[in-house]
Amino acid sequence: MQPQVEIQLIAAVVAVACALPGVFLVLRRMAMMSDAISHAILFGIVVAFLVVESLGSPFLVFGAALTGVLTVSMVEGLFKTRLVKEDAAIGLVFPVLFSIGVILISRFAGNVHLDIDAVLLGELAFAPFDRLMFNNHDLGPKALWVMGGILLLNIILIVLFFKELKLASFDEGLASALGFSPALIHYGLMSQVSLTAVGAFDAVGSILVVALMIGPPTSAYLLTDRLSRMLSISAAIGVISAVSGYWLAHWWDVNIAGSIATMIGLIFFLIYLFAPRRGVVALLRRRNYQRWHFAESMLAVHLLTHLGQPEEARECHRDEVHKHLNWQENHAKRVVRRALQDGYVHLDKDILRLTAIGKKLAGKAVVE
Amino acid sequence: MNGLNEKHKPPRDQAAIWVEDLTVAYQDKPVLWDVDLAIPKGVLMAIVGPNGAGKTTMIKAMLGLVDPVAGRVEVFGKPFREQRRLLGYVPQRTSVDWDFPTNVLDVVMMGRYGTLGWFRRPGKAEREKAMHALEKVAMDPYADRQISQLSGGQQQRVFLARALAQEAEVYLMDEPFQGVDATTERAIVDLLRELRKQGRTVVVVHHDLQTVPDYFDWVFLLNVRRIACGPVETFFTEENLRLAYGGRVAILGERKPIADDAKSL
Amino acid sequence: MNILTDINFDYTLRIVALGSAILGALSGALGAFAVLRKQSLIGDTISHAALPGIAVAFFFTGNKTTTILLIGAALSGWLATLFILGIVKATRIKLDSALGLVLSVFFGFGLVMLTFIQKRPDANQAGLEKFLFGQAATLLAADVQMMAILAGVAVLALMLLWKEFKLLSFDEDFGATQGFAMNRINLMLTTLLVVAIVLGLQTVGVVLMSAMIVAPAAAARQWTDKLSTMVLLSAVFGVAAGVSGSLLSSRIPKLPTGPTIVLCISTVVLFSIFVAPARGLLWRWLRRRRNRRQFRAEAVLLDLMDMARHHPNLEHPHAAAVLHTLNLDGRAVRNSLAELAERELVRPAGAGLWSLTQAGIAEAQQLERRFQAED
Repeated sequence: MQPQVEIQLIAAVVAVACALPGVFLVLRRMAMMSDAISHAILFGIVVAFLVVESLGSPFLVFGAALTGVLTVSMVEGLFKTRLVKEDAAIGLVFPVLFSIGVILISRFAGNVHLDIDAVLLGELAFAPFDRLMFNNHDLGPKALWVMGGILLLNIILIVLFFKELKLASFDEGLASALGFSPALIHYGLMSQVSLTAVGAFDAVGSILVVALMIGPPTSAYLLTDRLSRMLSISAAIGVISAVSGYWLAHWWDVNIAGSIATMIGLIFFLIYLFAPRRGVVALLRRRNYQRWHFAESMLAVHLLTHLGQPEEARECHRDEVHKHLNWQENHAKRVVRRALQDGYVHLDKDILRLTAIGKKLAGKAVVE
Repeated sequence: MNGLNEKHKPPRDQAAIWVEDLTVAYQDKPVLWDVDLAIPKGVLMAIVGPNGAGKTTMIKAMLGLVDPVAGRVEVFGKPFREQRRLLGYVPQRTSVDWDFPTNVLDVVMMGRYGTLGWFRRPGKAEREKAMHALEKVAMDPYADRQISQLSGGQQQRVFLARALAQEAEVYLMDEPFQGVDATTERAIVDLLRELRKQGRTVVVVHHDLQTVPDYFDWVFLLNVRRIACGPVETFFTEENLRLAYGGRVAILGERKPIADDAKSL
Repeated sequence: MNILTDINFDYTLRIVALGSAILGALSGALGAFAVLRKQSLIGDTISHAALPGIAVAFFFTGNKTTTILLIGAALSGWLATLFILGIVKATRIKLDSALGLVLSVFFGFGLVMLTFIQKRPDANQAGLEKFLFGQAATLLAADVQMMAILAGVAVLALMLLWKEFKLLSFDEDFGATQGFAMNRINLMLTTLLVVAIVLGLQTVGVVLMSAMIVAPAAAARQWTDKLSTMVLLSAVFGVAAGVSGSLLSSRIPKLPTGPTIVLCISTVVLFSIFVAPARGLLWRWLRRRRNRRQFRAEAVLLDLMDMARHHPNLEHPHAAAVLHTLNLDGRAVRNSLAELAERELVRPAGAGLWSLTQAGIAEAQQLERRFQAED
């Protein structure tokens, strides 16, 4: 495989591996935990690195992932004292671990190959050079194997515990009433997040981990209500961002992780604006529609009230109706025009009369 | 039903609060639909309806805290934005963080902030008014108490005192009786009666149907739409309650154009 | 090794310490509001979001003056808060997701810009990277001067809008009903927070700046129940951490300033959480222990009373061993008896026997009445 293809493949695998647990973070309102964990693992990475002196060792991956779980339990412990709120607890814990990590690097690992830039920013372009060798056979980039393994693990865990995760994400109370320990699910998910973050930092850096965990699920959240669909849409958005981000970086010759994050932002922004039901445009259109629809319903109710009554000619005259509805004349004209267009009313010698669907509209407005 | 409804409607400029065509929607779900309401000056009015009927939204819309899709709110004949000083607000007790670092007197003084306006600091006059308001709910011994150390009932009384400190003409209260002790309930009822005696108008979102006839003289039954509104003895009837609480059977009263209303009165 | 003379004579150190002190004061004071409004993590997002602003400012001006870069940082940090607001208000996305998204996307775009600039022949971007992790040593007198002026403006604004900020933090809706434009107040408070964060970037860097917002406030909250005291104390803690952190890192080689300041302030937090009077864990634990001890002593007293009832004389002595069989923990019984004896409610009658005193009988009867009333 060419390095180019390999980089895109790694990026795509990382994207999906991150997006899947990210969905549950977003649903459980713990998105910022990914930020905390991905920063705090620096501490674990440095300590593990000082022990095993290699970045590729599985020991390092698991040692560092433990730091993620440590972060979670420290946050919980702090929160349980009820002396600080949960968000403050998160904001207190990860800077401490990150700071210790930075200090350890500058004191002990100064001349070894490990610098904070790499942890934070990653360098995807170098990922293909670190290869997994077996009996002198080149099995491909190591990052692909590591992240492929983590992705597989994430998929297996989500498939196995789909029901439990779903319940715990939407109704924590019900979940624990049915005997699924919320603590177990919480720590299980957080371990998954930690492991994924550690596996990915080497290739893409911790900031892109945050972007990939939060961005695609947040975008998907605006597109669907169903968990299974949210998972697949998140994965798809992750892959699209990864590949398009790679090419953006390629053309402009810039940092790949950064441009993938930029693409995630761009895709989110488009969805934010144009999502069919929950986008901003849809929101504004719906508000507008509601205004008119409401006015048309009012007109219809008014016409229904006076239908067949002696005063109908006066109350329902096209030029008089605004007086009886207490509307501005222009507003009334526009409402009448729309109601005519929508087929709710028709004109009978300047008298407004309800059509069949107009009667239905009035009926719906009266009895609902 | 409708005829009675209309007979008890005060003219637009004499109503303490006058609501017309109020429609509010969250996302695509209407929470309030075409609500008309005229609250006469000096009544003690309960807003009653099932969960999700839009009671809190109704109060928030009257205070301009939510944007309506359609409709208008007037206070003593003028748009509410010009009359904000006349409105006092008691939000739900649980809407704030009671672990906030402040004491009882400080919270009550917040009721004077609106009158003070931008930049000006509360002084001795504000302190006195706040203390006076605290006395009325029998919380003056607690003036220096940290708010996290209050019981639920005491928290509620602090919120009432804060609204009293506003010296408003119309009070809008969101479930003041929710989860309070008997002493507080008694204190709130006494306070409501005193306010009425002073000619103030009080609107209360209320859950306990049993106590409506005891505590209030006016009732507004709401379930997304207006069900009925008027004196408790006439309108707090089984039939109206069934309409409000009995699912999707609510029938909107005949809707008369507002212009005619004013003429007929 | 005389720190005081060092402060007097080492010019650079003085600049750094002064800069860190200003930063600590400002972020401490404004952080108090962020923490109280449950927006602790917004600082993290703003500081990360400042990166593209720095890069873009350099890109367009080709100028590496701190002022210009910081203006860029402030603008993009501010833009980020608008995005967060726009996302949370218009959609069902929650604050935490919005924070994480804006943080990572802005930062990623900043990286793109930085690497883009690197290619320019005139760009020696080393000056920009100091913002990533902070390099307090690069602070100049002019920088500190600017920090002082901006901090002064911020403090003035804080004093002027004190009442409004308090209202916003405690009960936003109530403020709105009083006719205050709460959006505008929110915007002003956020702007001040952005200024505080941006000023800290050069010293502690993008990643750790959030700690300077959260930690001093979290520590201060434990010591007081008054907003003004909390804000003041938070500022003091910020100054203390800033100065001690920068001194420590200048005395000890290979100790970067930013992380050292963060560890200093975190120590203050830990200390506060344990020993702050009233709220601290230590006091809570002691209180609980005292309650438990008193409860046990009362139980032993009542047991003695129950046994005494079988005798005509209520002061009839009983063996401690019998009390042990009624209670599971022997040591607790011994301790309780000792405590009761100290209060002269029981007295030893020799040979492991104990009897109630008149005062003890009265106390036991009172306790019984109290328990009955509670039933």
